[in-house]
Amino acid sequence: MTHKVHLDHDHLRHLLKAMIRIRRFEAKCVELYQAQKILGFLHLYDGEEAVSVGVMEALEPQDAVIATYREHGQALARGVDPGCLMGEMLGKLNGCCRGRGGSMHFFHREHRFYGGNAIVGGGLPLALGVALADKMQGRRAVTACFFGDGAAEEGEFHETLNFAKLWRLPILFICENNLYAMGMAVERAEADTDFVHKASSYRIEGERVDGMDVVAVESAARKAIEKIRATSDPFFLECRTYRFRAHSMFDAQLYRSKEEVEAWRKKGPIVRFQAWLEENHLIKPGEVLEMEKAIDAEVARAVAFAEAGPLEPVSDVERFVTMEDIPA
Amino acid sequence: MNAPQEPPSPLRLTYREACKQALRQALHADPRVFLMGEDIGRYGGCYAVTKGLLEEFGEDRIRDTPLSESAFVGAGIGAAMAGMRPIVEIMTVNFSLLALDQILNNAVTIPYMSGGQFAVPLVIRMATGGGRRVAAQHSHSLEGWYAHIPGLRILTPAMVEDARFMLIAALKDPNPTLIFEHVMLYNMEGDIDPAITCVDMDQAKVRRAGADVSLITYGGSLFKTLDAAERLSKEGVEAEVVDLRALRPLDTKTILESVVKTRRCIIIDEAWRSGSIAAEIGMRIAEEAFFELDAPLRRVCGREVPMPYAAHLEDACLPQSEAIAAAALDLVRPS
Amino acid sequence: MPALGADMEAGTLVEWCVKLGDHVKSGDVIAVVETQKGAIEVEIFADGVVSNILVPVGERVPVGTVLARIGGAGAAEATSAAETLAVAARTPPSPARAAPEFRRAQPSAAPQASRLKVTPVARRRAAAFRLDLAGIRGSGVEGAIRLADVEAAASKASTAPPAVKRGLDLSEMRKAIAAAMSRSKREIPHYYLSETVDLHAALAWLERFNAEKEPIDRVLPAVLFLKAAALALREQPKLNGFYENGTFAAAEAVHVGWAVALRGGGLIAPAILNADKKSLAELMSSMRDLVERARRGGLRGSELMSPTVTVTNVGDRGAETVTGVIYPPQVALVGFGRVVMRPWVVDERIESRPIVSISLAADHRVTDGHLGGLYLAAVARLLQEPERL
Repeated sequence: MTHKVHLDHDHLRHLLKAMIRIRRFEAKCVELYQAQKILGFLHLYDGEEAVSVGVMEALEPQDAVIATYREHGQALARGVDPGCLMGEMLGKLNGCCRGRGGSMHFFHREHRFYGGNAIVGGGLPLALGVALADKMQGRRAVTACFFGDGAAEEGEFHETLNFAKLWRLPILFICENNLYAMGMAVERAEADTDFVHKASSYRIEGERVDGMDVVAVESAARKAIEKIRATSDPFFLECRTYRFRAHSMFDAQLYRSKEEVEAWRKKGPIVRFQAWLEENHLIKPGEVLEMEKAIDAEVARAVAFAEAGPLEPVSDVERFVTMEDIPA
Repeated sequence: MNAPQEPPSPLRLTYREACKQALRQALHADPRVFLMGEDIGRYGGCYAVTKGLLEEFGEDRIRDTPLSESAFVGAGIGAAMAGMRPIVEIMTVNFSLLALDQILNNAVTIPYMSGGQFAVPLVIRMATGGGRRVAAQHSHSLEGWYAHIPGLRILTPAMVEDARFMLIAALKDPNPTLIFEHVMLYNMEGDIDPAITCVDMDQAKVRRAGADVSLITYGGSLFKTLDAAERLSKEGVEAEVVDLRALRPLDTKTILESVVKTRRCIIIDEAWRSGSIAAEIGMRIAEEAFFELDAPLRRVCGREVPMPYAAHLEDACLPQSEAIAAAALDLVRPS
Repeated sequence: MPALGADMEAGTLVEWCVKLGDHVKSGDVIAVVETQKGAIEVEIFADGVVSNILVPVGERVPVGTVLARIGGAGAAEATSAAETLAVAARTPPSPARAAPEFRRAQPSAAPQASRLKVTPVARRRAAAFRLDLAGIRGSGVEGAIRLADVEAAASKASTAPPAVKRGLDLSEMRKAIAAAMSRSKREIPHYYLSETVDLHAALAWLERFNAEKEPIDRVLPAVLFLKAAALALREQPKLNGFYENGTFAAAEAVHVGWAVALRGGGLIAPAILNADKKSLAELMSSMRDLVERARRGGLRGSELMSPTVTVTNVGDRGAETVTGVIYPPQVALVGFGRVVMRPWVVDERIESRPIVSISLAADHRVTDGHLGGLYLAAVARLLQEPERL
């Protein structure tokens, strides 16, 4: 495998479509949230789509994913069916986790999608274990571990990086650096805002990439994963990105200016990629509109599936508190 | 895996040796089993439980970890989710607090939050309890605290037989299991019936039958309680001693059977009294056997202080057999 | 008016055995009341002086009505308290109110807490015995009345002075039997087992035992049955006790209710206390006394309430086999049929032997047939070794 991205028409269209799918899916989620069909927290990925889409392109089915609580994009990009994700959003039995987890806790066994972790930094140690299990069982798999810039403030980040290098575990660490941990700007929380440098202090090789450029992310991820498979050493990818919307739904955004958000919006992963495709005649006029229509239909099907889904009976509420067996 | 050539089991062995034999058996029986923890390899384990296992099983399966409780417990959880059967050792329960996020927020929640897609068949062993003069950061009994958490299995082997076989049962269970080994038990010797090759994890056991009062206890307090029962017998009071063995799930049935029989009950627990497992047991008796009681429920618990270092102070803070016997006598024969 | 049976709601005071100013002590019979089950003596559970008699002879009052007040000798305070309460007592009091009123009239030796301390199980057992807790001294923690105190009070109550003659209202008794037996058949899932036993050894031994004795001292085969049935219960304590509120509580002693058929119809099963511990001679005299008093209506309330199991023996004129109905809240009834001569195989030869059919009716909520079988086997075994009974 090469880390060169195949810039053929189909693949480029596929990348654009994957990003638009996330954007439209989440737009629908906002609508359903305001209609009080989705409850609790709702952390939107709006603006960060290129990171997941780019990284997931580089993964193979046997690879594992550890995600954050902003994981709608990570799950969709990984290929999880939007219907079961929407079902989970609505708390339905046909949700990917029977409505037990909700927006922050998507899990999907077939896609080796290990959650949906809502404790900042808490997912990193899990990546150690998954990677270790794969290594000990002779599986040639990489564990892609997503986390935000805020995770680097947690001890678990440092413990995990040290451990991963020490035990030479095949992990791709993806730092989605969107510059804010909730409202805490990265330079107000980190003595060293260079995350690749932090990784290097544990002698982990890393690279910083423009997280608003899907092709750049895919290319960097392919290169990183190739390296990991060859060496069984971890690799660290810092993706500089930005979230256009609030941290969750209830956020007055007092910590950043409207101008700052607007400036980033202009560099948005979809708008920029789409413009580039059009300029270079890599996409036909009207093709995007068609794509959006198809995606809207897909999202509508997901919503219909979720809406039609039954609720888990309350009598089952204690099921899986303790497991009766280990799922095969 | 080679068929292991087990040395002939001695009838009499120490609790430490029983723990080690259990680990050896588990490592031989299942290639998915491996050990992780601080100084379990070259050092041989803080309490020497794992001594010699590195030489026998190699570095791939006996893994010394950095002092990163959260990372290696989380690694255990991840590995368990991805098909392995890790056994993690945390030196003492106090250190487990550094991994509490992983235990509570991940090990316990993932099977449930994932709607049953993932199990976490992880075993975590840790030392617990006071009596070794190691002061307030190494001496507490927090197993009852962990027993608060649904989804965990909490085992507290006291007898050598349980130290030898509970681990094997725990490894067969699909749920995260915490095994608490009381520090004062490691050197204790006990006999194992060679005919026994397994034990259950769910049932409390009556270690001494008696009709006058039930003494409910577990772990390190079991032997003090048995000693108290002998003292009471000399006074003509026959105490029934119930060894809980597991704090979650709690075997309420055995507790109630004993209390319904004796109609008097004292719970002995070296953990702090407030909000303790002793409180939970007392409440269950009050809820389910109130009309059978012929005396108030009583507890003999650890004093509510961070454990002091000085020997006389530490002894005063732990349940001792004199106090247990006195409490029982007061219930059966109030002056 | 004490509650003397589970189904008793009221009683008629037919005789006062004390008068105002009499000194009474715990265990004395102070009055006789007529109930569905016949005349019952009312015992007192406190020492003191009769300070007020509130219910006149001939009056029918509900259970819980204060019949009289007992004051401490020379306790002026208690007397005045009794007087003020006497007015209130004229209005029909509820059973719940009766006990505290009675207690307040007690001499307060120590500054008593406002509540009587009684352990939960003691309170439950006292209710089963229909014992008034106010007269019992507690030996438990903080002076609480506990199980042992209640049981001691119950057995003390049963060894008090002899009875007074009273007639029986047989139609009332029929109603009481109907109520108890209906409840039994409605609530108790009975199972039945039986065993046929050779009495050759037992009767031969009994003949030798009785040979030297005066007729009055002679022991009937029924006593052997009673003793064997009682002793075997020690081996199977789950057949001896009470099933109430969904749980079984084994009794601490074996008090056998001995079924006595009354002339003119009716049936009553007063207790032979600690039957497993009494000698054959003691049992014989208890049995004679009980049958005699039952037939003339001189039974005591506690004797009717304390049986932990019932034994019925049909005797010479009965049927060959009897399978009984359990008396709730008991959980077992043991029946002995008529002794008959039957061919019996002994050492592969047929001989004529006296045999008896022993049956067990037991509550399936508490025990299973296996345990019942073990019990009957134990009775049969004990009857083969009469000298050890």
